[in-house]
This record gives sequence, structure tokens and C-alpha cells, in this order.
Amino acid sequence: MLRRRLNRLFGRDERRVDSRTIYVGHRPCPATDAFIPPKFCDNRIVSSKYTVWNFLPKNLFEQFRRIANFYFLIIFLVQVIVDTPTSPVTSGLPLFFVITVTAIKQGYEDWLRHKADNEVNKYLVTVLEDGRRARKESEKIKVGDVVEVVEDETFPCDLILLQSSREDETCFVTTASLDGESNHKTHYTVPDTEKGLESLSATVECEQPQPDLYKFVGRMHIYKNDQEPAVRSLGPENLLLKGATLKNTQKIYGVAVYSGMETKMALNYQGKSQKRSVVEKSINAFLLVYLCILVSKALVCTTLKYVWQSQPGQEEPWYNQKTQKEKDANLYLNMFTDFLSFMVLFNFIIPVSMYVTVEMQKFLGSFFISWDKDFFDPEIQEGALVNTSDLNEELGQVEYVFTDKTGTLTQNSMEFIECCIDGFQYKNRDSSTELDGFCVTDGPVSMLQQKAGREEEELFLRALCLCHTVQVKESTGQEDGVGDQVDGVLGLDGEMVHPAELRGFIASSPDEVALVKGAMKYGFTFLGMESKNMRVMNRDKDVETYELLHVLNFDPVRRRMSVIVRSKCGDIMLFCKGADSSIFPRVRQEEVDRIRMHVERNATEGYRTLCVAYKLLSSEEYAQADAGLREARLALDDREAKLMAVYNQVETGMSLIGATAVEDRLQEEAAETMEALQRAGMKVWVLTGDKMETAKSTCYACRLFQRGTELLELTVRTLEDGGRRREERLHEVLLDYHKRSWTSAKQDYGFIIDGATLSLLFNSSPDSSHYKSLFLQICQNCTTVLCCRMAPLQKAQIVNMVKNSKGSPITLSIGDGANDVSMILEAHIGIGIKGKEGRQAVRNSDYAIPKLKHLKKLLLGHGHLYYVRIAHLVQYFFYKNLCFILPQFLYQFFCGSSQQPLYDAAYLTMYNICFTSMPILAYSLLEQHICMEVLMSNATLYRDVAKNAMLRWSPFLYWTLLGVYQGLLFFFGVRFLFSNPALQDNGQVFGNWSYGTIVFTVLVFTVTLKLAMDTRHWTWINHFVIWGSLAFYMFFSFFWGGIIWPFLRQQRLYFVFANMLRSVSAWLVIILLVLLSLLPEILLLVLRKPRWPHSRQKKPLVQSGEGETQSSARPLLMRTFSDESNTIL
Amino acid sequence: MMASNYNAKEEDGHQPAAIGHGGAGTVKNKKPDNTAFKQQRLPAWQPILTAGTVLPAFFVIGLIFIPIGIGLFVTSNNIKELEIDYTGVDMSSPCYNCSQSYSWNSTKPCTCSVPFSLDQPFESNVFMYYGLSNFYQNHRRYVKSRDDSQLNGDKASLKSPSKECEPYRTSDEKPIAPCGAIANSLFNDTLELYYIDPNGSRTAIPLVKKGIAWWTDKHVKFRNPGGNDNLTVVFQGTSKPVNWRKSVYELDPSDPDNNGFINEDFIVWMRTAALPTFRKLYRIIHKKPNMTPTLPLGQYILEVTYNYPVRSFEGRKRMILSTMSWMGGKNPFLGIAYITVGSVCFFLGIVLLIIHHKYGNRNHSADIPS
Repeated sequence: MLRRRLNRLFGRDERRVDSRTIYVGHRPCPATDAFIPPKFCDNRIVSSKYTVWNFLPKNLFEQFRRIANFYFLIIFLVQVIVDTPTSPVTSGLPLFFVITVTAIKQGYEDWLRHKADNEVNKYLVTVLEDGRRARKESEKIKVGDVVEVVEDETFPCDLILLQSSREDETCFVTTASLDGESNHKTHYTVPDTEKGLESLSATVECEQPQPDLYKFVGRMHIYKNDQEPAVRSLGPENLLLKGATLKNTQKIYGVAVYSGMETKMALNYQGKSQKRSVVEKSINAFLLVYLCILVSKALVCTTLKYVWQSQPGQEEPWYNQKTQKEKDANLYLNMFTDFLSFMVLFNFIIPVSMYVTVEMQKFLGSFFISWDKDFFDPEIQEGALVNTSDLNEELGQVEYVFTDKTGTLTQNSMEFIECCIDGFQYKNRDSSTELDGFCVTDGPVSMLQQKAGREEEELFLRALCLCHTVQVKESTGQEDGVGDQVDGVLGLDGEMVHPAELRGFIASSPDEVALVKGAMKYGFTFLGMESKNMRVMNRDKDVETYELLHVLNFDPVRRRMSVIVRSKCGDIMLFCKGADSSIFPRVRQEEVDRIRMHVERNATEGYRTLCVAYKLLSSEEYAQADAGLREARLALDDREAKLMAVYNQVETGMSLIGATAVEDRLQEEAAETMEALQRAGMKVWVLTGDKMETAKSTCYACRLFQRGTELLELTVRTLEDGGRRREERLHEVLLDYHKRSWTSAKQDYGFIIDGATLSLLFNSSPDSSHYKSLFLQICQNCTTVLCCRMAPLQKAQIVNMVKNSKGSPITLSIGDGANDVSMILEAHIGIGIKGKEGRQAVRNSDYAIPKLKHLKKLLLGHGHLYYVRIAHLVQYFFYKNLCFILPQFLYQFFCGSSQQPLYDAAYLTMYNICFTSMPILAYSLLEQHICMEVLMSNATLYRDVAKNAMLRWSPFLYWTLLGVYQGLLFFFGVRFLFSNPALQDNGQVFGNWSYGTIVFTVLVFTVTLKLAMDTRHWTWINHFVIWGSLAFYMFFSFFWGGIIWPFLRQQRLYFVFANMLRSVSAWLVIILLVLLSLLPEILLLVLRKPRWPHSRQKKPLVQSGEGETQSSARPLLMRTFSDESNTIL
Repeated sequence: MMASNYNAKEEDGHQPAAIGHGGAGTVKNKKPDNTAFKQQRLPAWQPILTAGTVLPAFFVIGLIFIPIGIGLFVTSNNIKELEIDYTGVDMSSPCYNCSQSYSWNSTKPCTCSVPFSLDQPFESNVFMYYGLSNFYQNHRRYVKSRDDSQLNGDKASLKSPSKECEPYRTSDEKPIAPCGAIANSLFNDTLELYYIDPNGSRTAIPLVKKGIAWWTDKHVKFRNPGGNDNLTVVFQGTSKPVNWRKSVYELDPSDPDNNGFINEDFIVWMRTAALPTFRKLYRIIHKKPNMTPTLPLGQYILEVTYNYPVRSFEGRKRMILSTMSWMGGKNPFLGIAYITVGSVCFFLGIVLLIIHHKYGNRNHSADIPS
């Protein structure tokens, strides 16, 4: 990072231009006049933050940037500089401890980074230098070097693929460590460069480094013997990214274009911004209150001191003269130092140890999540993953759950269910049916007992076989599909036909595989690619070959993909498949009418539908398209837009041949989980890229929409009904829904909106905010909101909108794919599912769980408990320090406001570190005020802690009042006792240190017993630490007072504690005060109803709840959608 | 390989489970251990504090506290205490002259006699205190103005006392022993008691000055440098505190075990009081072996050698005679507090019992967890 900043500082010119020019192999090119080797950064990866030299200053700086640490540093410095009542050790020691521990931890983490950096930087790579192969350390690679990479090696920097050992000028890579997608991706060499790398004279012109992994635009000029330079376009398919691994290819050569910190991987390694929890915000608010208390206490005391001193004979009585220095000091300076001294005296009210304890609690507490065996999934052999421990308690505060549909609510394991060819339905009910039975197999569901012609059938199946980007993987026996362990040899050179059952397919999307497999079931088998030829085995076991001319890639905006192929007989065909909404406008209307019914029926049954269309291209048409495509691909800027335009132009006038339905099964217990979340008061929003009907049926299946739910629909379809301008209609509908949702409170509402309407809502210029607030208000009254047809960015927009709405509710996003990353990062809590769509969501998440069903325990169980624990921890900490410091403050009224501490320095230091810290830590880790099973079975309990219930001002006020009450009691109780300081039967008197020790003893016992009373879950650890710290206090006090400590200047506590225990009165007053301080607590306990039967044995509710548990992994519901009438249109 | 494993954070958040630098493809089998601790299933006692369990506690507390309180109250009431203010603020008071004509340098001690009478005989051991008011022994500057290692007999500290003792650290270039404000302001009035027989003759009452300081202070915390012999030699080269009339080794020349730093009056004074109004044990009047009361009722005279000035800070001086009980001196606070708390508990118990019985059943049905 620093390097980059430096680069900017020194103004390397190349940063300012839009593109960079790279000389391949550092050879000057004829076209350029002078060869000035441009300067690029070296290939060193620096992810570490510190070096040995700057660690100390930099780390200290980083640490003291935190406001709390800085505060304690100031207090410490004041203690060092000003003559203060307590020694600097009392605050210096804890601060030192905190700083050291953090520094060690960060140092260790940085050391790990150094180690990993070195591993990468010192890795030996082969570089071609003047035709010779030389071994170099990876960090020495310069931009322009030609690098050799062999199979299973990772690329040392971003390379343009020049030459591959594969015959078809491709290579395969897996980007598993970059974006988590483990499938093999094909990359292509730049045409015309594959021969003669030694003599290649070329320049690469490409854009400046940018972090988008999937975008790359460049141009290569190849100079050949004074010919006009050949220009080749470069795209992401030519770029091999650092961090990706070469697969299935013996070796490749590539020229380095981006190196070191400018590689896309390094640019992507920007930390996620840290998320802060509401609890932290509450802490900061409380802190502010306590800071005010602290300052006002100090002010009051300073004022009192000077008022008192102004009385005759009080400032400097004969027995207590000031030193000469004190006499000479300036009055105002004195006042200021007095103020600081009081601050120091009372600074314990804001304890360092709270930060330590909170951090420890979060750190240790998060282990319980990763340890939980309920989160362990035997399938992937993994449990939950905690990426951040800062948000544990936030899990108990969730108000909005945003969930992805595919892969999250559903399993994303696709199965080809049926297809519809030319309006006739084909349903393969029994997968074991003979393939040849295709023509006769039909379910009774079919409306017409007729079949489409064989011609159409075959065309349709061919389309399925050709229109995809699936690769065939040669599996060596194991059938289970996608995995990166299998290094099957792809290049089939013989004419051998493999048994179809052994064929494995690799694709970026599981529905493509499902479709190809579906086609296989019906007799058309895709055999694979052979240097731009797609080979398909048809029903007659003949192999048909098609030359693949162009792939018009899938993208979520177009929502379709096409291929252009040339058949053996020379026909050029375009096959297109895509969502109905994107296909229907591009085909003839009468065809649509025949198929639409099937598509919609399939969609309502929860299947994913795709429409397949095709068109025959005449050679002129093709030539035009070909030229357009090539030109667009060569474009250096706006390539995306240009390509899109060409695509749209080509994909018109097609004829619809059929539709497919693929089933996506629900996740295990998806419905139960969603139901539980709703009962817990969370609003569930489904954000999906899928289309409305499919998504809606998934929502019904997940019981997000109930039978009685009234659906408010706001889609393009709704808006187009009126025939008026969309904006007007939008406004009208919004107002109507708003009125409706606010008037009848009893009714359950569900809201449906689609991406297009949403962008209308967000972007319609002047009234946007008005619309937004209307929309939000409607949504707040709906139990479930379904947003379909969403782009990834829109998902984040929605989350952001809700997050920033009134009351700033806590949001949680859960998803499994790369398209969910934006919303995972946007929400307060991001949860990744370790699903099939790669690991990107998991890496960007705060918590990752193997299955959706685990969300229930994570939120209702862990989240609830963590929230209660930390809320109690925070309140308790403030409380115990308030009643610790209040007597000290009150004592100032009795000692002439002279900053005399009531307690001994050892007690001041140890109070928060040793005497009272362990019980609360144990409590905050182990407490289960209601046991896990009950929390899980009774989801409504989650509402008890909703809206930060335990950290709002009223509970804070209660705790504060309790602290004040107890502090007053401690001080004045002992004060009245000391009206006659002769407390022993031998008539001897007690002094001020005895006074403080009695108060302190009462304090420690009260505070610990208060916690004991709050503890509802006494494990042996709780017993151990609670009784242990009391015992430790006793032991320590004896020990501390039992020895004349040679290093102490004053033996203040010598035998004070032992003498105190010898006094019956002291005992009596301690017992009395402890009891009296706890009395209001006990009283409250009695008056408050027992919260819940929390013993594990009695759970009648669980039994009844368990009864209806049934697997929701059944096929999507077969309910008739007669309740379509519920939909308001 | 590497960057994928860093969840880099700008701030120093913890990332417990995420630290690991294996490649993405490594198969991790991390099935969590099924231990009670890790699964948060440790056997636990789950106390349910309900009215039923807490109510008896109220009665028990009430039943225990009220008798204790009554006992304490009676004990405190049985303690006999007499307090005499001899400051001499009023013209009428016998010490008025002494209090007015005060000067540190006067060589002739001013004495005054305060007559008083006892209405009741004081039995058992009687403890004699002096009390000061408005004297801030707990002022911070005062409290820290001492050198405990000097008082513990450390010879190095004797010669160079701690800086904390300023401005009572050196006098005439010589270190002060004992140094500091506390020592400097040692209470130096002498109090003597005389019983006036009905026939008019005065009998001095024997005042014992042993056993007034904490045993540990006298025997461990305070020590003369180089033992208790030859104090004059040991303290050579040191100066007496500025306000003292005599040196520290002359505090009790008659008894080497009560001289120097281990003088009990001195030790008592050095234990700083908690509050600005305080009393300190001065002398003990041991009970007589026969059945006669220690102090029979009748007329007494308190003879005061008036040395200690308090008028400058509007202080008061008192002499207190008190008997002792097992709980210490006279203090009705504990007894009253115990009786009050006990009765409140008992009363609350009754109220709660009524509430519980009356509304208990209804509460169960309307159980809304809050």
C-alpha cells in the first residue's frame, strides 16, 4: 500500500495515462522511435503492514489512534507529569498490558504475512531471456518478461497468454483461490503469436491496472518483418491472473503485464471495511455519559476544593504546610492541575479492562460458534467459520434478513424435469425409462396428447447440446460432477465414444449441466469440444460435428446466451437460450403464445425455466454479424457496450422452439428456518435474480408467503396495465398499497417487486426519495418482501436502503454466490453459505455456515445468548465501576477535596484486573439465561432482546441508579460506623485506610454477588471463578497487608485487613451493607415473573413443535395456485 | 495463494478462526469436538429465583437481623461514654486563657483544670481518648507526608528522608526524624485525671499508656534504627520536627520500649484518621481487681497541659472516657440499622406473601416474557 502511495507521490508518469504499453520480451519495436523501457513496479507482493524497523512506532501509532487507548495514554501521562493522588503504575500497568498483548498479536499476524509473502516472492519461476530459459525469483519478474508456467503452478503475475502447449491454443485455469470457482476456465492465446516466441516483436497496449477480475481490455501489435503491424484484441480470456492455477495444460508462455502490487489479485486485496456492532455504539454512548460524569465530578471537586480553601485556616493550617514550590505555583495552573488530578483519581470509572474484557469475550466467544457440532456438515466435512468476532452479539439483533434464493433457499442442484417443444410437453417422469421412449413418454398432465414432430424434437435437443459453455470432464470412474481434484485429459484425439454414464460436465452454472444431461437423457449426448468443433452424438449414435463460430456469452443483464455454429452441411445457425422475458420479445408472437402457458405453469411450480430459440443465418447475415463481433471485440474502450449492441442486433428475429424446466430443490429445513425467523420477528426479504413466478413459488414453499398472505405486486407487468406513463402508475400503485398496508393491521402482506421497477423507483429523478420512503413504509408492513430479477448491485442497494432507513435496523444478508457478495458486504452481518457456487461469498462473509438451516441456531441460539451476554457485560462493567468510584468521590467531601484516594493503590489497580474481572468474563462466555433448546424451539423469545433492548437508556439508567444507590450505601454506611472509630474491644481505633478497606470489601462482595444473582447457568467454571475471586480477594488482602514491602514507600495497608477482620463491627457492617445493596435486586427478582421455564427437562413446547417437522426437501409444493386470486393486480 | 487467505482489516479486529495459510484446495477435516464445554453443554445448576424460594429468605433475614440489632442496640446503650470539650473557646471555660495565650515557643507550659462529674460509675476497663474536630488528618498532602521506611528503622532513610516529607524534611540542613507533616503535628497535650474524694482530696487515677497502638504497628511497622538502646546516639545528626519541644528519643525516656519511633502515642498519631472529626486512644484505665468500679461516680478533674493549638483552624479538642464492649465503642448506628433492615425485610416478606397469594395464580396465566 505504501509503495503505491509513494509511486503516486513521486509522480510516475505512467500513472497518468490511460493505458500502458508493454514491450514483449523487452525488445524494441520498429514502430517506436526510441525504446524507452517504461518503469513498472516490481513483482514483489507486500501484504505485510510492518517491517522489523517500523513495527514499534507504527504499531504504537496505530494502537493509540483508537480513542480508548489514547484516553488511557493521556491519563497515564497526566499521572507521570502532574503530582497526582495515584501512582502512574495504577493506570500504566493495565495500559501496558493491553498494548503489549495487542502488539504481540498483530506482530504475529504480520509475521505470518511476511512468511506468506516471502513464499510467494521467492518462488522460482522460469523466464525467457533472449531465447534462453532462466530461473528467477518471482519478485524479480518485470513487466514485459516472458514467463513460462507449467501445469499446476500458479501464475506469478498477470500474464497475457502467448503460447500454450495445447493444440487448440487454449489453456485451462482454475481460479479457486481468487474467486473460489473451482471449475476450469478456458483461456485463449493471442492469435498469430504462438510461433517463434524468441523472435516475437510485439507491444501490448492495455489499460492501467484495475481490480475488476473479469474486465480486461487491451490490444496487441505484432510486428512482422516490416509489414503493417497486426492488431489483435485482448480480453479477459487472454489474461491469466496471478493466483490462478494452470490446469490440464503442460506449459504455457505469457508476457507479464501487471506485476506485484498492480496485479488484479493484489488490487483486490483491499481489506473489507470493518463492521461495527450496535453494542459497540451503545458502549460509546455510555462512555460519553460516563465521561460527562467524570468531568463533572472533577469539576465539582475542584470547585469545592477552592471554596473550602478560601475559608480561613483551611488551605494551609499550621500542621499541613505547603512546600515552597507549591506556594509559588500559579493559582490558575494549580486549579488546572487539581482538575487533572481529580480526573486521574476518578478515571477508573472508565476502565481499560472493559475493552480488554469485551475483546476477550468476543474473541473467545466466537470459538463456540466454530466449535458447535450442530453446524458441522458431514457432506463437506466442515463446520461454521467465523471471519470476524466483532459481530457475535449482532446476531441477536437482526431485524431484516436478506436472503438469496438460488443456493441459499434452494439447493442449486439442478435436475432436468421436463421440456416443452413447440407447445407440447415432454415429461420424463421416470429417469430410468428407455431413452428411445422419448416420443411416447408423456405424463397425463399434458394438455394435448400429441407430440411435436421429430424434426422439432431433434432441433430442440441439438440446441440444448450446442448452446452452452459446458466442458466435458473425463472422469476416471467417479461420477460426482464438479471438482477440481480430477485432472482428466480433455483432448480426445481418437474417435472413441465413451459411455455416457462416465461423462462428467463442468460448467459455471449448474443449470447448464442439467440441460446437457437432460438432452443426454433424451438421446443427444454432447461429447466435447475438439478444436472449435462441438461434437454431438445423436439418437442414432452418429456423431455430428458443428464448428463453433461465436459464443455470445451469458450475462445477467441480457439474461441469455447464444452460440453461432456451422453444421457439416454449411448451415450457419444461432442457438439462443435465456429467460422468457429476454427471449419472448425476440421471437414471433404466435410461437410465444403456444409456449407461454407451459413456461408460466412450470415457473409457478418452482422450476427454473429457460426458453430456447434458434435462427438460421444466411451467409450475408453471418458475415455482417461476424464483422460486428470482431470489431467490437477489438475495441479498446466501451467494448462491453459495443459487444452488447452487436449481441442485441444478432439475437433478433429468432424462432422459439421450446422451453425447459429445471428443478431446484429446496434446502434442508428451509421452510422451518424461515418460519422460525419470521416468528422471531425478523422480516425476510428474498432477493433473487430469478424470475418472479419461480421466486414466488419458492417463497410459498418456504412458507414465507402463507395461504392468507395478501400479495402486493409491483412489477413491470402491474405498471403497464394502465397504459399510462410508468412513473404515474408507479406513484398511484404505491399510494394504493401504502394505504392498504397501513389500514388493516391484521392482514399479512407480502410484497413483490422486480428489478426494473426498483430501478425506476430509485432513479425516477425528482420524486425518488418520496417513492423510496413510500416503498419502505409499505415494506415495513409486510412480513415478506420478494425482490426478483435483481442485479447484484441492486441487492446491495436494497440492503443499503433498509439499513439507512428510520431506526437503522440491523440487517443480515445470507447468500452463497459471487452475486451475493455485494449484499453480504453491505449488510451489518454477512453470512456466506458454503455452497456450490464457489467460495467467494464465504470469503467475504462475517460468518459462514454450511447450510441454511444452521441460520436458525446461529441467530436464535448463539445470537440471542451472545447479545444477552455482552449486554450484561457492558452494563455490569459500567455499574461496577460506578459504585467503585462513587465512594471515592464522596470521600472528597470529607477530606477537604484534597484528592485523597479512599482505596489503596493496589486495590485501585487490582479491582478491575483481578478481583472482579474473571466472574463477568466467565458469565459472558457461559451464561445461558434460557437454554439453547428453548431458545430454538420458541422463536418468539428472540423478540425479547430485539431493538437493543438490554442496552437502551432505561436499562442503563437502572444499572446506573443501582450503582449510585450502592455507592452511596457503601460510603455512608461505613461513614456512620466510623463516627466512632473505636471498633475493636481493645479500644484501638481505625484509620483512613481501614475505612477504605471496609468499603472496598463491601464493594467487592456486593459486585460479585450481584453477578452471582444474575447468573442463571451455574457451571463449575462459574462457581470456580465467583467463589475463587472472592477467595483471591481475601487471600490477596492478607498477603498484601502481611508483609512490609521493601519497594513501597508507604506501608499503608500493613495489617489493616487482618485488623479489620478482628473487629466484629466490621463484619456486621459488611454483612449488613452487602445485603442491603442487594435487597432491591432480590425484590425485583420476586416481583418480576419467572422469565421462562429454562431447565432442559421441561420443554413441552418442543415436543409439539417437533411434530410438524418434516423435510422440506420434497419437490416444490404442488399446491394449486388458485390463490393467485390473492394477488392484487 | 496468499491474498486469498488474508481477511485484511485496517483495524485490529480479531479473526480467530480465519488464520490459516493453506491453499484453498486443502481439505480440512475440522469436525468439532463433541465435548460438553465446546458444545456449551456443561452440566449446570440453574437456580430459579421465584417468589416461592425468595420469600422465606426475607423472613429468615428478618428473624436473624432483628435480634442481632436489638443485641447491638442494647450493647451500645450499655456503654458509658463521657465527652468533655476543653478547647477553651468560651470565656467561661477553664482553658480559655491557655487557648488565647498560645505560642509555640513558650517555655512555660500552660495548664488548666477542667472539673467534671460522673453520674454513673464506669465499670470494667475505661478507655480515654482525645478527640479533635476539623482537623484534616486525611488531607492528601498530610497523609502522604511521612516516610515509612524511616519509621521502620531504615538508617539510610533516617539520614535522607523521603521527598514526600517536604516541607518537613530537613531543618537546619539536617534531616528531620521523624520527618513529615504527620509526625510534626504530633498531639502533645498532656491529660491527667484526678478523682475528687467526697472529703475533698485528689487522687490521681493511674493511666496506662501501653496497648493503645496496634500490636503489629508497635512491633513490626515501627522500629527504632539500631534497636531500642542508645537512641541519642542513633538519632545524632538528625533534627527534631520543627513543632516539637523535644526530640523523638525523649518522648518517653523512662521506658526504652516506648521511646523513639515505637512510642505508642506517636504510633497512634501516625495512623491517620479517616474523617476530620476523630478520636484517638490516649490512655487505658484498667479495672480494679476488686469489685469497685473503675471510675466511681463523683467529681473529677481533668488536668490539661495545653500545648496543642487548634483555634487557628477552628478546631475543637475533646477528652472522651468510654467503656468498651465486644463491638467496640458506643455507636448506636449498627443496632438501629440491623433492626431497621430486619424489620423492613420482615415487612416486605409479609407484603410479598400477600401479593403472591392474592395474585400469584393470575400472574401465571398472564405470563408475558419481558
